[in-house]
Amino acid sequence: MANPTAARWIASERFREPKKVESVLDLVGETPLLEIRKTPEGISPGVRIFAKLEGMNPGGSVKDRPALKMIQEGIKSGKLAAGKTIIDSTSGNTGIALAMIGRVLDYPVELVMPSNVSAERKRIISAYGAKVTYSDQLEGSDGAILLCREILEKNPDKYFKPDQYCNPMNSQAHYETTGPEVYRQTDGRITHFIAGIGTSGTIMGAGRYLKEKNSKIRVIAVEPDDALHGLEGLKHMATSIVPGIYHEEALDEKIPASTEDAYAMVYRLAQEEGILVGQSSGAAMHATLQIARKLRSGVLVTVFPDFGDKYLTTNLWVGWRDRMSVGNLKFSI
Amino acid sequence: MSVRVRVPTPLRKFTNGADEVAAQGQNVRALVDDLEKSYPGIKERICDETGKIRRFVNVYVNGDDIRFLQNLETSLKEGDNISIVPAIAGG
Repeated sequence: MANPTAARWIASERFREPKKVESVLDLVGETPLLEIRKTPEGISPGVRIFAKLEGMNPGGSVKDRPALKMIQEGIKSGKLAAGKTIIDSTSGNTGIALAMIGRVLDYPVELVMPSNVSAERKRIISAYGAKVTYSDQLEGSDGAILLCREILEKNPDKYFKPDQYCNPMNSQAHYETTGPEVYRQTDGRITHFIAGIGTSGTIMGAGRYLKEKNSKIRVIAVEPDDALHGLEGLKHMATSIVPGIYHEEALDEKIPASTEDAYAMVYRLAQEEGILVGQSSGAAMHATLQIARKLRSGVLVTVFPDFGDKYLTTNLWVGWRDRMSVGNLKFSI
Repeated sequence: MSVRVRVPTPLRKFTNGADEVAAQGQNVRALVDDLEKSYPGIKERICDETGKIRRFVNVYVNGDDIRFLQNLETSLKEGDNISIVPAIAGG
């Protein structure tokens, strides 16, 4: 058989007992690690690349982890007492996670988002029954942060604000879950951890864990190459309100990703690997390949924050067939 | 003839921090060129090397996306409101 993946798949017995859980929140974390085998064409055979599929979380993104941790901690500390409303500003995925968790734990949820978040996100959040206040789309996610602060100041006793940008529990969630999972899933052989920065929770928390396990593991952040970009979910730190949990000195390297390269990578991953992801995953994969090309050996792990179904109405897919010919991409359709 | 252009935060470094500027142009193409004259460097952020609007930038004329009008050839009239809207940053 020509295709080794097909041969392996057909030969193996792929039965695994599915999980049985009491609550949807029990499904947060323990996401699979997928080896990326076709897209890294031309890299050294000693280099292996894996992607952590965070879209497998029940809310559909990596944000389930920090959202759950911040809410748990809020309840534990007494700050999130019964009767309080959960409020936060978000570009979308944290909002979905909070809306889901609030529903399960019986807390009302109010979210502040820029009015141009994708239609899919708006609908998912309203399906969970959360209330949304839209901020000016020209002010971006920083506008949502500021409007959320205003709403909170008017009514401080009504709300509990997880404050994902400044709450240490955001990165702690990744320190306790994402980092250990990745280390275990690679049998401790991981050499590079590569993740995009939005709040920076993933890279700060998982990166800290991995460095503690093995200080030689390189922790590399991916950020948009310019203030004006189309990488929904990622932040260009130099021109944004810098999250309180972000410590640049904890990074070994920062790699800029252009929107065009990230979008092209999303198309490639769908057509070459059979996995449809969001644009931040495309940026992460693009940066991971750049690193991989310079190495003779290594185990590279990157994070795919979510799947692509939430972006089908966004510019990512506007006129994509015309753009497939950009660069050296080979497409069959 | 003058139109109003609302500027998103990532582009305000070109407009000395202004969130709204006045500009001239018979159509969007001419408008972008006029913005470039007043605020050098801004065009390259809005348009790619072939001169087309970058795909992740949305330009609205009185609330309508120019992709669904006549793109860069969308004609403008006195008092029109133009917005340049980028995608959403993280969190």
